[in-house]
Amino acid sequence: MTDPFVEPVRFIDERTAAAPQMRKFMRYLFPDHWSFLLGEVALYAFLVLIATGIYLALFFDPSTAKTIYHGSYTPLDGVRMSDAFKSVLDISLTYKGGLLIRQTHHWAADVFVAAILMHLMRVFFTGAFRKPRELTWIVGLLLLFTALLEGYMGYSLVDDLLSGMGLAIGYGVGLSIPVIGGPAMLAIFGAPFPGNPHLWSRMYIAHVFLVPVLLATLIGVHLVLVMARHHTQFRESVRHTQKRIVGVPLFPGQAPRSLALMLFVAGLLFLLGGLIQINPIWQWGPYEPWLGTNGAQPDWYLGWLIGALRLMPGFDVTIGHYTLIPNPFWGGVLFPLVVLGVLLAVPFAERRLTGDRGVHNLADRPRDAPGRTAFGVAFLSWVFLIFAFGAADRIFVLWGLSYNVQLFVFRIAIWVIPAILYVVTRRWCRALQVAEEVEAIQESAEEDIRSRAKARAPTAAGGR
Amino acid sequence: MKLWQWLFAFIVGRVLRRHPPPESSAQEPTRIVPAGTPERSAENLVLVLLGLAVVFALGFIVVYAEFSPKGMSNSLLGICLGLSLLCIGGALAVVAKRLVVTEELEDDYPSAHPEQQEEVAQIVHESGSRITRKRLLVGAGAAAGGTLGLAALTPALSLGPVWDTTPLDLTPWRHGVRLVDDQGRPLRADEILHQSYYTAFAEGADKELLASSLVVIRLDPDKLHLPEGRSDWAPEGIMAYSKICPHAGCAVALYRNPKFPAVQPSPALVCPCHYSTFDPFTGGTVTYGPAGRALPQLPLMIDSDRHLRAAGNFSARVGPSWLNVRERPTNA
Amino acid sequence: MSGRRRLLSTALAAWLAMGAAICATAIAQPQSGIVRPTTEPLRPSRDLGAQLYAGNCASCHGIAGSGIASPRPGAGGILGQGPPLHGVGELAADFYLRTGYMPLSSPHDQPGPDRVLFTDKEIKSLVSYVASLGPGPSIPAPNPASGSIAEGTQLFTEHCAGCHQELARGGFVTGAMVPPLQTVKATQIAEAVRIGPYLMPRFSPSQISDAQLNSIIKYVLSTRHPPNRGGWGIGNLGPIPEGLVTWWIAAPLLLLSCLAVGRRMRRP
Repeated sequence: MTDPFVEPVRFIDERTAAAPQMRKFMRYLFPDHWSFLLGEVALYAFLVLIATGIYLALFFDPSTAKTIYHGSYTPLDGVRMSDAFKSVLDISLTYKGGLLIRQTHHWAADVFVAAILMHLMRVFFTGAFRKPRELTWIVGLLLLFTALLEGYMGYSLVDDLLSGMGLAIGYGVGLSIPVIGGPAMLAIFGAPFPGNPHLWSRMYIAHVFLVPVLLATLIGVHLVLVMARHHTQFRESVRHTQKRIVGVPLFPGQAPRSLALMLFVAGLLFLLGGLIQINPIWQWGPYEPWLGTNGAQPDWYLGWLIGALRLMPGFDVTIGHYTLIPNPFWGGVLFPLVVLGVLLAVPFAERRLTGDRGVHNLADRPRDAPGRTAFGVAFLSWVFLIFAFGAADRIFVLWGLSYNVQLFVFRIAIWVIPAILYVVTRRWCRALQVAEEVEAIQESAEEDIRSRAKARAPTAAGGR
Repeated sequence: MKLWQWLFAFIVGRVLRRHPPPESSAQEPTRIVPAGTPERSAENLVLVLLGLAVVFALGFIVVYAEFSPKGMSNSLLGICLGLSLLCIGGALAVVAKRLVVTEELEDDYPSAHPEQQEEVAQIVHESGSRITRKRLLVGAGAAAGGTLGLAALTPALSLGPVWDTTPLDLTPWRHGVRLVDDQGRPLRADEILHQSYYTAFAEGADKELLASSLVVIRLDPDKLHLPEGRSDWAPEGIMAYSKICPHAGCAVALYRNPKFPAVQPSPALVCPCHYSTFDPFTGGTVTYGPAGRALPQLPLMIDSDRHLRAAGNFSARVGPSWLNVRERPTNA
Repeated sequence: MSGRRRLLSTALAAWLAMGAAICATAIAQPQSGIVRPTTEPLRPSRDLGAQLYAGNCASCHGIAGSGIASPRPGAGGILGQGPPLHGVGELAADFYLRTGYMPLSSPHDQPGPDRVLFTDKEIKSLVSYVASLGPGPSIPAPNPASGSIAEGTQLFTEHCAGCHQELARGGFVTGAMVPPLQTVKATQIAEAVRIGPYLMPRFSPSQISDAQLNSIIKYVLSTRHPPNRGGWGIGNLGPIPEGLVTWWIAAPLLLLSCLAVGRRMRRP
């Protein structure tokens, strides 16, 4: 019986000469440990973002022209709002399925960044950023920060009260960049805040075209780099070595798994989009620069910045009458740059500090590199504590813990706790390593005894 | 009759042709993917899951068509679509675990290619054998490319008033501009009561300009300790401050106003974004929070109709800080 | 191994003890501390009000509501200090008493929504007594049904959301908490807007008319059940609960998906 697949494959190969690549691609090996799937989760969230984003882009009106609302949602009747806000209201409350798509899109954005972070942590704590994968690590970091920008622009386009306040803060942070802040913000906004109408069409085209193209390109480069050098793998048996990779081929083994994961991610995101409300703009109302609400927050992945901005003591760096470094610079510009800089430097710093310049295809378990793991835990806890302080006002409202006391405690804790965690984590890794060595010695000793007992046994049996 | 016989023979021939003799196993090529054992129960599970996926997907279409856009249908739409996707995913997971052979293969990690590296470098190097003044040519090329790149970026300067930052300094206020509320009605001094909080704008100006919006409050004039030169800025204790926080630009929408100042926190204007707190008695100085400079104050006067008007421009520029923001805005 | 066990169990015991102590402090109720005559008349009366005032309020608000400007030791060992009540009228007394803002254990505490320790009759008596101290506004009779939610939303956003949060979920102003408004009644909202209790600014009818106030009250009452068209409202607090959902619901489910599809570490 002739194989039904031969015909189409022949058709393609005769026209593209791609059969050898297809053969190689189909048998690309994946180490099938679950932790290697986190990057895929991010990729699939991105696909959901593209799909839902295309739908939204067909209904969204990127215009700041003002209109008085007289639509179907009566609590906003008579309210002055931008056409952009009105179009999102219509998507949410008038078009069937619009709210589902919009909420799925927003949940996908939140999950996208969370997945990137989980993936980053896996790569970091297994040392998978080492040679030859430093470029992949750098591209990944660019992806993370581009995703943050994309998300920020996305929810700011809606022009609701919450995101409008966030946009004003973005303007203030941009202005705080020494010397060039003013021209830079005037260039981007087109005029002093709230900017001229071009701002919205610029944000729109950046959000729906320019940055997604950048993200897709970076993802493409990231994936090509990964495949070119192959994934790392854990040392799970003697067959797993620096030179030989052991894994599941893309086809037929890995493909249905990855596809299943893609559908799980998409399914979960649509369930969230249908069941849990996110960014209910009809409750927040439209933004005006003279309005503010208590409890305004950015989306979670920018919470580290609001925490930093709130933690900073109040001072501008001035020279005479000139304000050289306005206050938001420290929390809004320097802090994220430092985080990015530290993360970018990780592969090169590790080479410098350990003197290890070799190629690494085997993944460490976190305990196998106590210094790196301890540093990662400490650095993450530093960022996380700053992030946590961003919610201090709601913690006060909820549990009565004084904001002032929290401010004082956090200003100390963000330095003390990471230091403590560094020491503790390092000790713990070493302890785990020692425990394993002890176990290994015990096991080999028992092996020894057993084999000696076996050697003596035949004479005993023969004696009977 | 003959036709019937031909038809019969034709049909029999077709039926027989559907079951050709089995090929001998000796003709089968060597397998690449191992055979694996069938699992009909797994196949049944996959069919069930795919069937459920069909049901949910159809459900989505029905819900979409039937219901009006209220909260319930959004949840139903999400449940239908989400569960349909999860069911297909589940089916694929069953396929992956039980219907497809999960091989564990070995392969070489790709290594570096020192020979080709050298050849690439050599090709590039040898290609330049006809060039005598390499550095000069490369320098000229860099100059050409660099200046062309600069030229390509130059149109970006049209994005906004990049060289001229005076728009950041401008305000709609000058001596005599009247204060109006958000409906455009002029503010009268006598309606500004103690312990209350009013938002005002410059008459005739765009309300959205950062420099247009004001906070207006009335305090006891005897308790004021305004900075030098502002002694007449608060007629009858009525004072106006910019409503835009000089930290990052949010609206200073909170007014802390104690009914019993002896034990309660003193009056203050507070920003909800990072909780910068400004003391109106001392000209808007910062008493808490990350703001680096005082809230700009607008001098007020009461005209002959008892309407509130600006008596000049702000004490400093409005909005988030930048460069020369501590100076008084120009009157243009 | 047994050393580690002992350490763990000691830590667990200490943690449980700490938890019990915290719970005990939380559950412990302050003394009621209300001084009331042994026999009260059946109907509210100004005299009863005067008696209750003398026993519970005078230590901070002074004799006949004259106020106490600087701290003075009073009944029950409290250092009394409080504003005068002349001319505050029925409106203020009704508000502070019905919400439990008053009585306040210490002048330095933040007055806020609390258990109401007086009975309805006692409150009416106190209100009539305080009203007799000087002419002042009477208890308002708002009619939220006649208001418009659209107008109420706009006015609330403009005047109130900065402190109370757009969905009236409460907030923080430097040095004090701003209460959420999901359980307040229409009359109390009307009263609060006119007085500006504690640190809140007050709004007179010339700034917010009675008709506009009806709209604001209608809006505030609607925040008990905001229009959560998108599903579970997760508190109507914005991105903080959204982030919690991302990390505590989505992320674990995604990790589970990866575990379901992938494989765990093999032991060599």
